[in-house]
Amino acid sequence: MILVAYGRQVDCAYVFGEDVGFGGVFRCTTGLSDRFGKQRVFNTPLCEQGIVGFAIGLAAMGNRAIAEIQFADYIFPAFDQIVNEAAKFRYRSGNQFNCGGLTIRAPYGAVGHGGHYHSQSPEAFFCHVPGIKVVIPRSPQQAKGLLLSSIRDPNPVVFFEPKWLYRLAVEEVPENDYMLPLSEAEVIREGSDITLVGWGAQLSVMEQACVEAEKDGISCELIDLKTLIPWDKEKIESSVNKTGRLLVSHEAPITGGFGAEISASITERCFLRLEAPVARVCGLDTPFPLVFEPFYLPTKNKILDAIKSTVNYYSSYDKSSPVHQHTLLEKNHLWIYAFNALDRRVA
Amino acid sequence: MAIWLSRSRKIAHFLNPKIAYFLQPEDFSYKIHVNYVNSSSFRTLSGENFRSPHAFLDNSATVSALQRRCRRPESTRAGEQVETRYSDDDYEDENQAMDFPGGRVSFTHEMKFISEAADKRIPCYRVLSDDGYLIAGSRFEQVDKETAVKMYKSMVTLQIMDNIFYEAQRQGRISFYLTSTGEEAINIAAAAALTSDDVILPQYREPGILLWRGFTLQEFANQCFGNNADYGKGKQMPIHYGSNKHNFFTISSPIATQLPQAAGVAYSLKMDKKEACVVAFTGDGGTKQFRSDGVVVKGQAYGIRSIRVDGNDALAVYSTIRAAREMVIHEQKPVLVEALSYRVGHHSTSDDSTKYRPVDEIEHWKTARSPLARFRKWVHKNGWWTDDEESELRGSIRKQLLNAIQVAEKTEKPQLAEMFSDVYDNLPSNLHEQEKSLRETIKRHRQDYPTDVPL
Repeated sequence: MILVAYGRQVDCAYVFGEDVGFGGVFRCTTGLSDRFGKQRVFNTPLCEQGIVGFAIGLAAMGNRAIAEIQFADYIFPAFDQIVNEAAKFRYRSGNQFNCGGLTIRAPYGAVGHGGHYHSQSPEAFFCHVPGIKVVIPRSPQQAKGLLLSSIRDPNPVVFFEPKWLYRLAVEEVPENDYMLPLSEAEVIREGSDITLVGWGAQLSVMEQACVEAEKDGISCELIDLKTLIPWDKEKIESSVNKTGRLLVSHEAPITGGFGAEISASITERCFLRLEAPVARVCGLDTPFPLVFEPFYLPTKNKILDAIKSTVNYYSSYDKSSPVHQHTLLEKNHLWIYAFNALDRRVA
Repeated sequence: MAIWLSRSRKIAHFLNPKIAYFLQPEDFSYKIHVNYVNSSSFRTLSGENFRSPHAFLDNSATVSALQRRCRRPESTRAGEQVETRYSDDDYEDENQAMDFPGGRVSFTHEMKFISEAADKRIPCYRVLSDDGYLIAGSRFEQVDKETAVKMYKSMVTLQIMDNIFYEAQRQGRISFYLTSTGEEAINIAAAAALTSDDVILPQYREPGILLWRGFTLQEFANQCFGNNADYGKGKQMPIHYGSNKHNFFTISSPIATQLPQAAGVAYSLKMDKKEACVVAFTGDGGTKQFRSDGVVVKGQAYGIRSIRVDGNDALAVYSTIRAAREMVIHEQKPVLVEALSYRVGHHSTSDDSTKYRPVDEIEHWKTARSPLARFRKWVHKNGWWTDDEESELRGSIRKQLLNAIQVAEKTEKPQLAEMFSDVYDNLPSNLHEQEKSLRETIKRHRQDYPTDVPL
């Protein structure tokens, strides 16, 4: 649908990948080959490094190369092409060459029974690579606008699609051509007690937690980051300056996940404003497990617990504990808290 | 020596259009080599071959060289001159061949491109005809009655296991399955030709090797159900078997990743002077991605001995693997075996292959070219197998499988602690912490978690 909208207008767009000619394993490219011809929409050999290398060449010649990697779990053979080639194409040539027309689409994330190799969320690896953008939509409508922007963006983009939503998400998608800005986060639910930041499929889990928290009188602000690199730090910062608390959630393992980057940056910018440590509710530091998937995932209740403990951080502080007394004295934490509280009242 | 061509369309036409890509004069750096070729070569080249005497001179700015990529056209005078110039005895040898790293390469005056495809495809070694008769004159390794019957029984077992597990997936009892239907001969005959010391690095369509080595139906069922008797402790999807005691590395979903690993295993076996080899399997996904005549022709390209064999002929596969194993172990050289077969089942339970291949093609391979049927005819003709034995075997295997499924289904899932084990040899502190925190979460929200996983 999205690709149809794009293909209709541009004759230099090419869509290819494993089984893409038949419509792709998730049916994303169904009918495209009949509509735009086999020269524009085609199957590739099972060779991810080849797919991305080919796409870079095509893009470097001024085309829009839309390459599909069948599962994000299988993007790693293409890592060299993405990291050492696509990401540095412009920089290494002093902008004589670029492969900005490149968009790599790949389904990511849990699906209920995917085990190690059909469930991973590898976005953090790509966020560590200057020169590419990383975009993750949360819904079909978002997917269309963000994908069109990614395709037209003059930089290579890695576009991860939440495969959980391929079958579940139903949403009215406008027929017309529209673009949603990259690097612009969106507040999808306003609130005053805590800011929640996420992307992709995780947002619907976070939203459920926000609804539950509201029943307990906690007002949550939920933000869809949409573009992970370069990300909209300002929007998160201003939200945290309002709420004084931050929670980040993603399916990828917590250690070295993109939540760590957000946490560090916001701590730098809002240190005096924060009323509790930044909370991260993420996947665990194990390979994505099959039987244990329900245990591994950052579920609604894990998020809800973290919302509550973050909001109640000071009231749950056990002042009689010698360790905590020590901490309070050492860091003068109480004073900071007092100032923050005062600050909020004044504001 | 540089060969010069212009960007003239005529030249592009003269050469095969498919190689026109190589003729684009992107690289002008070769222009400086002009002094290696005297001017008469220009006249001759253009005059005799390209009927455009002034091509080079008219368009000299676009002149480009294809040094190393093209051979000189047959009748150029430049070529003759060069030959004359080096006709001296001292140079004669030098002129016919050169010592190139890796071996002597002879020269030719013919500019001949190697065709992208040989005139004839590489023939396929077979022993049994479709009717199960020995093909006159075939050379093969004798198989005794006991081995032959065990091979046949194993092929039948594999087939029934596939059918029953496939159905179990369809009933929602296991999450995924993938059959080996059509490839039973490759599975079983290869296993029979090897010894249990030989190390297997499988793709994912070779469970027959485990079966041959004594992995029980219960063990297969345990893995597919991911219960606490599964050696993989429920961590991977169904069919990702692995068994250390059977020298069978655990399956990984990504394609062909095990091939370079196999070379490392082989080197280890060699250094340890083991009387064993390693066998790595890969299918079309890892080999048939380009327009070559299969993968067998790549043997020569890599300097590896290779053979094409009928993968649906158990006797041919058996003989080939036996011979290959001999060479590998005693000559210490790798061998590439391409066994031609047909994946009769869908790729997996997530696939409907009729979307990309004709139903009658599948049917043809399922019936007329069935490796089981062919081998059975041969075993039957030898008087080693009867119809009664066949139906008894099928009934018994079916019963054992249904029982194995029931047992596997009733067996508890692995303990929650298994989720954290085996990430490293020991549990690091971050995982300790995460396990503790998860257990607290579970206490608070028991309803969120499956009850069949013991805490």
